[in-house]
Amino acid sequence: MLIVACIKQVPDTTQVKIDPATNTLMREGVPSIMNPYDTHALEAALQLKDQFGFRVVVLSMGPPGAAHTLRKALSAGVDQAILLSDRLFGGADTLATSNVLAAAIKKLNDEMAPVGVVICGKQTIDGDTAQVGPGIAVRLGYQQLTLVDRVEELDMINKRITVRRKLEGRHERIETPLPALLTVVREINRPRYPTVNMRLASEAADIEIWNNEVLKLETETIGLKGSPTWVAKIFSPERDKGEIVGNGYNDPEGTVDLLLNKLLDKDLLPL
Amino acid sequence: MTPTPTIFVPLFIAATAMFIWSCWKRLSLTALGRTENRLDNIGQRISDTIRYAFAQKRVLAQPSGLIHVAIFWCFLVLLIANTEFILQGLFPSISFTRLPESLSMPLFQMIDVVSLITLLAVIAATTRRIVAPPYPEARTFEAFFILFLIAVLMLASFGINAAKISTFRGSTLELAKTITPVSYQFITFIPEGMGKVVHDLSWWTHALVLLLFMNLLPLSKHFHIITAIPNVFLQRLEHPPLPEREEFKVGNSFGSNQVDGYTWKDLLDSFSCTECGRCQMACPADQTGKPLNPRGVIATIKHNLMKNGSLLKKGEPPAIPLIGEGEDSISTEAIWSCTTCGACIQACPVFIEQMPKLTPLRRHLVEMESNFPAELLNLFENMESRSNPWGIAPTERGKWATLLGDRPFETGKTEYLFYVGCAGSFDARTKQVTMAVAQLLDKAGVSWGILGKDEKCCGDSMRRLGNEYLFDSMAKENIALFKERKITKVIAQCPHCMSTLKNDYRQYGIELEVLHHSQLLLQLLQDGRLKLPEETKETATRLVYHDSCYMGRHNGIYDEPRETLALATGEEPIEMARNREGAFCCGAGGGRMWMEEFTGERINLVRTAEALEHEPDTICTACPYCLTMFIDGVKDLKADKVQVRDIAEIIAEAVFRQ
Repeated sequence: MLIVACIKQVPDTTQVKIDPATNTLMREGVPSIMNPYDTHALEAALQLKDQFGFRVVVLSMGPPGAAHTLRKALSAGVDQAILLSDRLFGGADTLATSNVLAAAIKKLNDEMAPVGVVICGKQTIDGDTAQVGPGIAVRLGYQQLTLVDRVEELDMINKRITVRRKLEGRHERIETPLPALLTVVREINRPRYPTVNMRLASEAADIEIWNNEVLKLETETIGLKGSPTWVAKIFSPERDKGEIVGNGYNDPEGTVDLLLNKLLDKDLLPL
Repeated sequence: MTPTPTIFVPLFIAATAMFIWSCWKRLSLTALGRTENRLDNIGQRISDTIRYAFAQKRVLAQPSGLIHVAIFWCFLVLLIANTEFILQGLFPSISFTRLPESLSMPLFQMIDVVSLITLLAVIAATTRRIVAPPYPEARTFEAFFILFLIAVLMLASFGINAAKISTFRGSTLELAKTITPVSYQFITFIPEGMGKVVHDLSWWTHALVLLLFMNLLPLSKHFHIITAIPNVFLQRLEHPPLPEREEFKVGNSFGSNQVDGYTWKDLLDSFSCTECGRCQMACPADQTGKPLNPRGVIATIKHNLMKNGSLLKKGEPPAIPLIGEGEDSISTEAIWSCTTCGACIQACPVFIEQMPKLTPLRRHLVEMESNFPAELLNLFENMESRSNPWGIAPTERGKWATLLGDRPFETGKTEYLFYVGCAGSFDARTKQVTMAVAQLLDKAGVSWGILGKDEKCCGDSMRRLGNEYLFDSMAKENIALFKERKITKVIAQCPHCMSTLKNDYRQYGIELEVLHHSQLLLQLLQDGRLKLPEETKETATRLVYHDSCYMGRHNGIYDEPRETLALATGEEPIEMARNREGAFCCGAGGGRMWMEEFTGERINLVRTAEALEHEPDTICTACPYCLTMFIDGVKDLKADKVQVRDIAEIIAEAVFRQ
């Protein structure tokens, strides 16, 4: 059985600024990182590998430069990394992206080994839509388990998985048959730190590239053409001006009193 | 039984063979270590050996060291006496009495007195070990037994001499009384007609105890009698001790978890330890209840080497791991407890290097096993992606300087690079120090500039924590930038940056002239480029100065900060009991800044309490880590009326007061 992790290379958003003139992201010179949620997806996949010995394949759709992020995945210990890269894939929204990823997973399933679990991060930090994971699940007809914070059991005899979902103010335990697609939250695990030998090996490794000649998708379903979404404008939200209360350095106690009174006035403290 | 070669010769041969075998068994194990050149600069090695091995300069750092010096020098003299004793045992015709009297008489006189001094020193040493042991676990059977054997040897030799004297008559007796007065006193203990019995008994006691003593040496901490002098001669001359670089190639292994990963000199260290415990008493980890004891580390390496030696010689894997929780292994908690303050190395009378023994172990844990305290994961990732410990956007690095109207380093125009460092750039409190330094530099008209968003972390914490892979890439990046911008002179406000740029980066082929701000400020005050107002002297406060380990022990900067402070405040700073070479760490070095301190007392609280004993108004530091540790310390000890300030802030206050 295969475990597939889907990861994305994203700009380090703490370092991204919005160009006030054009309302676009100023990505120039901003380093790329693996989407932080995806590092947890990767770790979840690797933990299943550690536990059951499954083969882990990691997929990423992106420009050739995204190979760098796939190398990081290799250094963490995945068995195979495939970059889905083609000019035709460019400009994709979440729908077109999930078409490409789903096609790649289907190909793995048909040609390599049956896919049991696909794991994605809950969302990416650049788009924040949380749509790609569910999109893949729908297109492949897999069970869809979003916001997972714990894989409780993988029953290989009955081919079923039990997970815990982290919802607002509660948890939900769900058991479904495989194959399933999980999107995971940060709390699920602590990503491992690669050993130096793994890093060195990953630096030397070949990253397999699948373009559309391999995936053979209709051009209407991929890239800009396959993307019904268009971004009208990006802007920083206006926020009500805050207020600096007191002087916490010289008068910490007075400042706390002041703050408490303000919160009480606004009825913001549960009493 | 009359001393006779028929019995003594075979005994002596057997004992000597056993002794040589024991020594060989141990010392040959050092060949398992990696090669390392410790024979450079012979001249300095000889002078250091005279100063530290023969004159015992470091032993005398503590008053009790005087006892050791006495025993050491007495042993050198008694070596002559015992050579005669053994030669006489082998060839009875050999004796000092056959020497000309002008030589033999002073010799007898000297040996007589020296034997008494030895006896008294042994009594003093025994008393000291009972009353005030060097460390709590020092009252071992072995220690007392060896002292007992030495005392027996002295008494036996007095017995031999007294028995001989008791047979003298007339002028010979008178002569013996003046030449060997101590031995003479012992004749009163010899019953009439028992001279021969006492002589033979004393002789055999002396002979057997001497051979036993010799054979106990290699089996005990007293092996140092043989190894300590070579160990001092073979000491590391470069200072501070730098970890070796690693070559990051596929197939290499990184760090080590086996004793044979150490160099032969590291292994010789383990046989040179006297177990005096001075490293332990100086160690901030040990003294606050952590499971790290530098003396223990050295002993563990010895025991591990002894137990794994035969396997390792055959090229087989060791039976007992070097890193582990069992006996004869070093625990991971001990490995992570080290603050790399270097107090252990500084304290060791025989120049054992305890602290660097942990470097390969940390490297192994981080680089080979990815096994380290949980808090470090974020640190490593932040360092890798954003080159600062907090993961703040690198674009924010130069923000503090906007108040001064950006001050970029311009190649060819700017003299000094002000290497601000992560704390100086991002930490709110340390940014105030940065500003004080910058304003003082401006006031003095120094040409300085910063790298702003292009400045990267120096990598100190990464290297000390064993993440050499990351350090290596950070160092290479920084050095490429320094070379590109033609940077040669650097002002650092963090001793960790200073030491890393100045010392560690030398391994990458760059020689930078790096000054800590306190050094430059002293120059500027002395040159008159910074002027102090007249009334400075009236405003003196009670100020305690704390030595940062990376300023002091690692780089020998003790005087400049004190002189700078004396100029600025008009008074010498108050000294804590543990100061300069013996200063106690704040607890943040070696990457401990970024780790939790779960076990025992907090190091920073111990040090802060020590500073507070002097009822200061101000605790002065010269390092952002120390600054943070003391600020936390005074808060926790409810003493936050005491200000914690960097030396630059104190100078700035004095300079800008007018």
